[in-house]
Amino acid sequence: MNFPKFLVASVAFYAIVQVLSMLGIFNGYMMIIINKSLIYVILAVSLNLINGITGQFSLGHMGFAAVGAYVSGTITTLFFKLRAPREFSLDALPAELVFFCAIVVGGLVAAFIGVLIGFPSLRLKGDYLAIVTLGFGEIIKSVINGIDYVGGPRGLLGIAPFSNFTVIFIFAFLTIVIIRNVIESSHGRAMLAIRENELAADLAGVDSTRYKVTGFAMGAFFAGIAGGLLAHLIQMAHPTQYGFLASAMVLILVYAGGMGSLTGSIIAAFLLTFLTEALRLGVDWVHEITKLPIGTEWTMVIYALLLILIMLFKPDGLMGMREAKILQLGRKHA
Amino acid sequence: MGSTLAQQIINVLQLGSIYALIALGYTMVYGIVRLINFAHGDFFMVGAYVAYAVFYAFNAYIGAGSPLAFLALAIAMIGGAAIAMLSNQLAYKPLRYKPKLSSLVTAIGVSMFLEYFFSAFPLIGPSQRGFPEILPKQMYTIFGAEISNYVILDLAVAATLMVGLTFLIQKTSLGRAMRAVSQDKDAAKLMGINVESIITATFLIGGAFAGAAGLLAGLTYPRIQPYMGILPGLKAFIAAVVGGIGNVPGAMLGAYILALADNINDTYISQFSNLLAFLILIAILLIRPTGILGEKTADKI
Repeated sequence: MNFPKFLVASVAFYAIVQVLSMLGIFNGYMMIIINKSLIYVILAVSLNLINGITGQFSLGHMGFAAVGAYVSGTITTLFFKLRAPREFSLDALPAELVFFCAIVVGGLVAAFIGVLIGFPSLRLKGDYLAIVTLGFGEIIKSVINGIDYVGGPRGLLGIAPFSNFTVIFIFAFLTIVIIRNVIESSHGRAMLAIRENELAADLAGVDSTRYKVTGFAMGAFFAGIAGGLLAHLIQMAHPTQYGFLASAMVLILVYAGGMGSLTGSIIAAFLLTFLTEALRLGVDWVHEITKLPIGTEWTMVIYALLLILIMLFKPDGLMGMREAKILQLGRKHA
Repeated sequence: MGSTLAQQIINVLQLGSIYALIALGYTMVYGIVRLINFAHGDFFMVGAYVAYAVFYAFNAYIGAGSPLAFLALAIAMIGGAAIAMLSNQLAYKPLRYKPKLSSLVTAIGVSMFLEYFFSAFPLIGPSQRGFPEILPKQMYTIFGAEISNYVILDLAVAATLMVGLTFLIQKTSLGRAMRAVSQDKDAAKLMGINVESIITATFLIGGAFAGAAGLLAGLTYPRIQPYMGILPGLKAFIAAVVGGIGNVPGAMLGAYILALADNINDTYISQFSNLLAFLILIAILLIRPTGILGEKTADKI
């Protein structure tokens, strides 16, 4: 990738949003949408590493996000419970550092579970892999639902509101840079080889199991990060946020953007998050004007229709497999 | 103890019959077009709503009872078949020869569309509704177990449809064509089989079965809502995979296994909802990925 240019573009994006936010042009609502979009960027790019680059098919991505959300949420909540008594001199630790560590630990636990799940299930291919990852995603959800310590079906409430635009932006930036660099490395070429033809890759000496599991764990790690950020943004985690439908939404971002294209995932994450909000406002507006009994469900009706139309008219997604210039592979591989 | 055991067995058979009707559609569609039709659970939901509408449309003329129940069953099956055919024509057919995963994503889109459209539509709405007693409920006691006429209806309808389907697949020319298409689409085409019309027929049958299951589920667990298809859809799908996806007897076997698993899950580990079903799915996929009755296929190079 063209790192200097990408850095400049990212910093410019960050600066513009910050300035607009300070000037009051972007209100709190706008910032929430931007933060959500960035979290979806992390989720979509990391799922793209598994589905688009390594050519596997995961349908349980939000299960890993749930792990990240619950682990990091529990850590920060415990920290604040412990901080009150004087004996624990945890006051010395800045809350931001604890938060950062909690997010990373959440990602690592998610990655660990990714390895556990990946080893047995990545022997399967195509549809079967999709089903088994769907199953694992639901198992994670069901287990969380049954653990009373983290709230069970009530959800984990009262998580400290640590996530802000800066933190989420930094994590999203790092996710893109790291995954782009992985794709450019010899690891990435092995993954692409597996996607193109696993048997041929094996015969050419690529240890396909190893690379598939690594890719899966890496995707799970970043999903865990995204889950942690989301939990600290909306100050709660609930099992129903991480079910099959949520995983399907991330999958939609990857496919609508274009499989294998990080640019596509990034664009789709922003486009579809904004589209959802715009539809919501539009539906509200129609409701105001016409006084017809139109509920917010229409938002999702239109969203689903648009998804079907995108797939019908652009089956390879908005970007296909193309990348924006600043995210293209370096010249040596081109 | 004996009577509760008998009661549990009846519950399992009842739930299993409903799962089986849904699972058959999943497995037939997968067998023929290799598509996991995520919207199939929603065809089931559509069937339940159609039956609900039929009851309120004809209740005043016919009155609750067997004739109305069979009318509702017939129209629910037509409704399920119609929605399945429409989904196929509008959403899946144009993507038939495109990468398989784009049809899978489209199927998720169709599923979301149906769920949200039903909850957005003013006459239906997102809230739960009680399902009317199309058939007056009667209880019988056999071997110490309480059996309602709904149990008999559920089992009878499921058995009739399953036997009918087996006959159709094994003995008729349509069934022979379906088997041929599921084995090799191109060769079937060369043999003069109109592949698209076979696919349409498969969707019609699968949708009709899901519609029938919708009516039975509405009667048995008398609540319907637009998202009611998600979980039974997933379970039926797991059933199809456990039995060997693409395999018709396998789907029936898987459905009863899944119903048993659900029953055990709810009795012993109710705090972990649906856990056992997914564990069975994963165990089967890891030990025998092609399912209990599925045939092994070798990788083609």
